[in-house]
Amino acid sequence: MNVSYLYSLLAVIVLGLIAYAGAVVGLEALFGIVIPYLAVLVFFVGFVNKVLDWAKAPVPFRITTTCGQQKTLDWIKPSPIDNPTTTVGVIIRMLLEILLFRSLFRNTRVEFKGEKISYKWVLWLWLFAIMFHYSFFVVVIRHLRFFVEPVPFFISALETVDGMLQIGLPGLFISGATLLGGATLLLLRRILLPKINYISRAADYFPLFLIIGIALTGILMRYFIKVDVVKVKELTMGLASFHPGIPEDGVSALFYVHLFFVSLLVAYIPFSKLMHMGGIFLSPTRNLANNNRMKRHINPWNPKVKIHTYEEYEEDFREKMKEADIPVEKE
Amino acid sequence: MEELPKPDEMYESIDHTPPEEEWEKIESPIKRGRYAYPAKDKNLAIMEFPTPGEWSPADEEWPLPDNWQQIIHEGFKERLEKYRSLKIFMDTCVRCGACADKCHYFIGTGDPKNMPVVRAELLRSIYRNDFTTAGKILGKIAGGRKLTKEVIKEWFAYFYQCSECRRCSVFCPYGIDTAEVTMMGRELLNLLGLNINWIMEPVANCFRTGNHLGIQPHAFKEMVEFFCDDIEEITGLKLNPSFNRKGAEILFITPSGDYFADPGTYTFMGYLMLFEALGLDYTLSTYASEGGNFGLFTSSDAMKKLNSKMYAEAKRLGVKWILGGECGHMWRVINQYMDTMNGPADFLEVPKSPITGTVFDNAKSTKMVHITEFTADLIRHNKLKLDPSRNDKFKVTYHDSCNPARAMGLLEEPRYVIKNVCNYFYEMPENTIREKTFCCGSGSGLNTEEVMDLRLRGGLPRANAVKHVHDKYGVNMLACICAIDRAAFPPLMEYWVPEVGTTGIHELVANALIMDGEKERTTDLRFESLKEEEDEADEG
Amino acid sequence: MKDKGKIIVGLVIFVAVFTFPFWYNHGAATQAPEPELTEKAKKADKCVEETAYMRKEHMQILDEWRDTVVRDGKRLYVNASGKEYMASLSNTCIDCHSNKEKFCDKCHDYASVDPYCWDCHTYPEEKE
Repeated sequence: MNVSYLYSLLAVIVLGLIAYAGAVVGLEALFGIVIPYLAVLVFFVGFVNKVLDWAKAPVPFRITTTCGQQKTLDWIKPSPIDNPTTTVGVIIRMLLEILLFRSLFRNTRVEFKGEKISYKWVLWLWLFAIMFHYSFFVVVIRHLRFFVEPVPFFISALETVDGMLQIGLPGLFISGATLLGGATLLLLRRILLPKINYISRAADYFPLFLIIGIALTGILMRYFIKVDVVKVKELTMGLASFHPGIPEDGVSALFYVHLFFVSLLVAYIPFSKLMHMGGIFLSPTRNLANNNRMKRHINPWNPKVKIHTYEEYEEDFREKMKEADIPVEKE
Repeated sequence: MEELPKPDEMYESIDHTPPEEEWEKIESPIKRGRYAYPAKDKNLAIMEFPTPGEWSPADEEWPLPDNWQQIIHEGFKERLEKYRSLKIFMDTCVRCGACADKCHYFIGTGDPKNMPVVRAELLRSIYRNDFTTAGKILGKIAGGRKLTKEVIKEWFAYFYQCSECRRCSVFCPYGIDTAEVTMMGRELLNLLGLNINWIMEPVANCFRTGNHLGIQPHAFKEMVEFFCDDIEEITGLKLNPSFNRKGAEILFITPSGDYFADPGTYTFMGYLMLFEALGLDYTLSTYASEGGNFGLFTSSDAMKKLNSKMYAEAKRLGVKWILGGECGHMWRVINQYMDTMNGPADFLEVPKSPITGTVFDNAKSTKMVHITEFTADLIRHNKLKLDPSRNDKFKVTYHDSCNPARAMGLLEEPRYVIKNVCNYFYEMPENTIREKTFCCGSGSGLNTEEVMDLRLRGGLPRANAVKHVHDKYGVNMLACICAIDRAAFPPLMEYWVPEVGTTGIHELVANALIMDGEKERTTDLRFESLKEEEDEADEG
Repeated sequence: MKDKGKIIVGLVIFVAVFTFPFWYNHGAATQAPEPELTEKAKKADKCVEETAYMRKEHMQILDEWRDTVVRDGKRLYVNASGKEYMASLSNTCIDCHSNKEKFCDKCHDYASVDPYCWDCHTYPEEKE
């Protein structure tokens, strides 16, 4: 059994302790101002750089993966989204992929059942992924309440919806629980399923533990070891308005652990597999129409290659061709 | 060839439990039955690749040039600059594992390095180590790996255990296409002269003689004339196809497998009979006598060199458009590469069926039409006289070839044709057909005897689905539109489902086709009785 | 190449969306709100518990009060130092904090918290 996840877990715990200790010994400014700013800077510069680096390379061929009937004869019904020929089709295909994880929705699991091999439709991975990503999205939007003043309507509306269960006080946010749940399920999948465990490495566990750490510290601060929310917002507003400062008291060390984890995650994105959030938009098997035979695709570096011309070919075989009554250019 | 285990022994031996050791630590990837013989110097030389001399993958020391690391590094860099696909596929994988059990080679071997994700990691680990910030700083922790000779062996082993079928790409949430990764991996190996002869020889042959099998023009003509004799015996009609004829309306190109060996030859006879029945103004070419393109399995340059003949010949002969035969990877090249590489084909006209008047707008730039598109249109317009009962002894199922399915979307046309020429048609289970179809196990140049173990294992998912419809409906004929399929399925079926034969679609079409002036047929194109009972009596 | 243009547009949108907090606030410094105390509250000097505790946990106390009063009919609250209070939002809390807008709402608005106290309770006319 591959237990490499323990290293990642250990790394996240140590990083958490560092932030905790830092806050206790009075390094609040480092963990509350300097590191978050650096992280955001690294995130934007790194992200934009990575995408520009991708953009620099051309797309020499239109290599769409077609997942449905092509558009040919009028009376054959094409599959305009899974095998798009138009820009609109491509956009819908991409939206389904990005918003609904269309391809994961196809997932199957192979099973040898006696003499028969079966490929069962399985939705667990899709479900966990949807749960995780959408929770994360809602949590991020919700957190904007700490970074803007006045808080716009859409954020408070989202909070109302997210808190509609009205369980406990402060009211439970569904997204927080599902984020922790989704990340945990994805983690358990990596630890417990043999094949997934076999392909998982530190770079897979680290961000999961980090996100679990973020969710846990966040949940602790909201429901259990509370912080003074107004003081927290004083700090975060300082960051967002470029008037950084550390509030006098009311913000616990736990908050700095939370913030440090977030900073790490944000700075980690451009250098890791988490760039899939940008990469998905640029995948040539998905974002190109399968209209190759209708519209010529241009390869900017289309090379000149040495070909074996008909003339050279006829040179090789002229006599044999003549004997066989195959027409030739030069008698 | 090595002794193969019995089918049930092989089946029972498949174990998907991952090994104890991490894949990075598993050495000696070269296993008997899983590697093909290396490319011969003479073939490499024709295509201007480095020539390493005589060697075997089983050798301890491989014939690498002194600066092999530099060659690979620079080759990798160049490809990263040329292909956005490569960069994206190197950077975005999250190892979710959705692809892991989608590969027929993994299903059949249980070898973890045949999981598409790991196959790509073989390349990705080097990419991280050499080209990413995180990899340069963190090395192994970031998933990086040093480029060693062992890695080269591993690449050779596993990029030649991938048939570039793209099934994993259908399931990947980022559309990561292992075919693309394998193609890049093979290109890099080519820089060191490491290729397999089963690919390089066809490529070299095709470059010089116009087809993979090295059939010279007069021999090609003789073969076709031989088919015409057979057709005359069956139908009483004398056919007289033309070769390299200038001014024909249509140039017809099909893979050389179709005129080289059974059962492809019957498909070729089918084309000839169909064109005769239509009175089609077409010609065959000895120069462009290959539909397939093993260059696709070699490098983009090799692909371009071989493909160039189609347009060049169409231009020389002055035809209006090109009709293409039944072949899998040929259609990936035609649909996704040809126009870009060797176009624009502005000397041709938008294809228009001279029989029905249908304009093939879907091919208005490439100017090349797939034969099942052409035939489906004919049947739709009632232009063919058909007697499907002549195929009544066949209970047919249809295998979607990887490339027409996933690089084109040619799904309904062949089915429409089959349903009109056969009375008994049964689909295989849903998750094994259409875009989820399984490879025959021998695609992308792996159709050679010495990797029979790999081919039988890789073909297992397909064979098992055939077995399912064989047991359930009595299916005894597997139809396909791919020349590699037609070569790969006979041994595959014989091993896993011995009662099932292999056919091309146009063999079925020609069986059912009533040609003007034909005599009453008593046999099919294989000279076998049209009725099942007599067959059994013969066998008895 | 034309797709590069699209990618740049995409990146601009990405940066614009992700920097939302930075431009939404126009870089203006905001002051954290200071809830105002009424004369009565000032005189009382201390709420039912210590101020720091109240800032973090007042919702918890109100939640407990609601449960003990409505479900158990108990009106007595004894604080950490043994002092007794009547558990009542309307009679105890609002007795001092009779300035909802300048007291409750200040922080709640700032932190975007929308308590559901007033779904059931009505707040008396503000007087000051």
